[in-house]
Amino acid sequence: MNPIVPMIASTVVAATPLIYAALGETVVERSGVLNLGIEGMMLIGAVTGFATTYATGSAALGFLAAACAAVALSLLFGFLTLNLQTNQVATGLALTLFGIGLSAFVGYNYAGLPVNRLTPITIPGLTAIPVVGDLLFHYDIMVYLSIALFVGVQWFLTKSRTGLTLRAIGESPSVAHSIGKSVLKTRYLAVMFGGAMAGIAGAYLSLVQTPMWVEGMSAGKGWIALALVVFGTWKPTRIVVGAYLFGGVTQFQLFAQGFGLPIPTEFLSMLPYAATIIVLVIICRDPKTILLNQPASLGRSFHSAA
Amino acid sequence: MLKLERRATPSSIMSVASPLLAAVGMLVTGFVLFKVLGKDPVEAFYLFFVKPVSTTYGIGELLLKTTPLLLCGLGLALGFRANVWNIGAEGQLTMGAIAGGGVALWFGDSESAFAMPLMLLAGVLGGMAWAAIPAFLRTRFNTNEILVTLMLVYISQLVLSWLVHGPWRDPQGLNYPQSQGFGDAETMSILISGTRVTWGIVYALGLALVAWIFSQKTFAGFRMQVAGLAPAAAAYAGFSEKRNIWIALMICGATAGLAGVCEVAGPIGRLQQQISPGYGFAAIIVAWIGRLHPIGVVFGALLMSLLYLGGEAAQMGMGLPSAITGLFQGLLLFYLLAADLFITFRLKRVAPVEANTLKPPVQAETAA
Repeated sequence: MNPIVPMIASTVVAATPLIYAALGETVVERSGVLNLGIEGMMLIGAVTGFATTYATGSAALGFLAAACAAVALSLLFGFLTLNLQTNQVATGLALTLFGIGLSAFVGYNYAGLPVNRLTPITIPGLTAIPVVGDLLFHYDIMVYLSIALFVGVQWFLTKSRTGLTLRAIGESPSVAHSIGKSVLKTRYLAVMFGGAMAGIAGAYLSLVQTPMWVEGMSAGKGWIALALVVFGTWKPTRIVVGAYLFGGVTQFQLFAQGFGLPIPTEFLSMLPYAATIIVLVIICRDPKTILLNQPASLGRSFHSAA
Repeated sequence: MLKLERRATPSSIMSVASPLLAAVGMLVTGFVLFKVLGKDPVEAFYLFFVKPVSTTYGIGELLLKTTPLLLCGLGLALGFRANVWNIGAEGQLTMGAIAGGGVALWFGDSESAFAMPLMLLAGVLGGMAWAAIPAFLRTRFNTNEILVTLMLVYISQLVLSWLVHGPWRDPQGLNYPQSQGFGDAETMSILISGTRVTWGIVYALGLALVAWIFSQKTFAGFRMQVAGLAPAAAAYAGFSEKRNIWIALMICGATAGLAGVCEVAGPIGRLQQQISPGYGFAAIIVAWIGRLHPIGVVFGALLMSLLYLGGEAAQMGMGLPSAITGLFQGLLLFYLLAADLFITFRLKRVAPVEANTLKPPVQAETAA
């Protein structure tokens, strides 16, 4: 069989959790909040999703529970940064460290257990088409939902009234506040959305990609998602393209290993991390790119005088 | 009714009290957690926090784990003060271990007196070289150091994994991914007999003193502090941001690298796939708990070290996963961040606005 088709198919699967996590974080950052806790929320999502599906047998419930658990964590982050105005960088780091610890603690008894992988759907007539069917119409439902999410986020940020408010708050919370927009409410909702998406991304790892629970299984994917947001200059389209590129890089290593390239596996495994650094350098090299695209209030607390 | 009010000046008492409040918060949560897990909380606390340090050996273990936490914490605190967010001390530690371990393997069984000094030097330089990457990328290409330092953690661990699986694997090691054990000259001497604690803790405490002098008494330390507290003032005063970034990252690279070589030349005694159970990340919490102050970091490192020992004890004595350590660490940092609110804000009693305060005029009207 042509090796290109499975390569592309596995790239799509590798990119999907990045898309969820990065698009969620995009909405958070566009509202002016920097949540560095994605990695922690993903791990909580992964363990919750796994445990729920293991207990109920339902992947849908697993994803739902994962989203809820990660939202709960994001509320903690929201309370600290938005109400108590703690440093967003430090709080996000705390969230990640806490998530790593909590997920390992909760998941202790689930390590190594099997769960049924979420299977690809079959579309009558379409999946059967040679090559094209495998390329386009033979993924699990979450892949298609990630495309819908992209369309939704893109529409929300650029076309909807609420999206405009959210972006205004991200640029200048004091101006938005002065015309009667609730900075706190919008940012809370954005943070919760980011949490839900990170949870789903995590559950995708433990229910589709691996499918099992391993301590620390996200292996930096939450951080790569954060880098993708910068790489995509806070624009959904570029972020999705970036996610597929990264998915390709992670899959390339597996295929290179399979083809028996004389490179130690460790060096191939470094590729995604090295690529993240290189990509960040390319984007950040010109300070104007960042200045023009980064939400102006990103990472700063807002305290209304009233 | 209570209301939050901004203090005129940040409270220095609260800045010391807040880590204590955080520790209390963590203990209360731990109490509830043990109760929920069906363990007797008092007994669990004893097993977690007291029993591990009730023997000389236990105290030795406490100091042993304090060493890397303190070393990394000192370097990180200095950087955080200057708003340099190096979160990859774990990677710098790993590189220090690789460089120091490489020198040790090169010396082999030789009894050379140069072995240990050269290993320590290599460890420090290894950590600094690894930290130079984010420093260069940040100062030259404006690249966020948070993500770069973190990505370098994963890369350093893969480098280590490659070395112990490949070129540096012990041929007599039954295929275990580990190097040959270091010779006597390449192993640090024990500080207190009957324990495993090495001279590393002395270096670490000495460096805490040096760090205190640096941050409180030198101009370079002052510049970094201003850069952290008031970036605009620092820029106006002509303090170079690039120089601060380089200093912060080089110092942290050096201390974390030293921590790495102290681990492999101390309790581990060889290179192996895993060198640190996340000391570099826990050191972030150490730095915050220690108020980013070198002396505070010493106490923060001791507390975090106790959490590691407690986690191990909980695993052996209560059958709980040792990941409970990470849980407690995260909780501690959350509580600390929340308690820090009271450094800049205070709770003020506000006279309750009750409905009946509006009543008298109404009554007066009806009476009339």
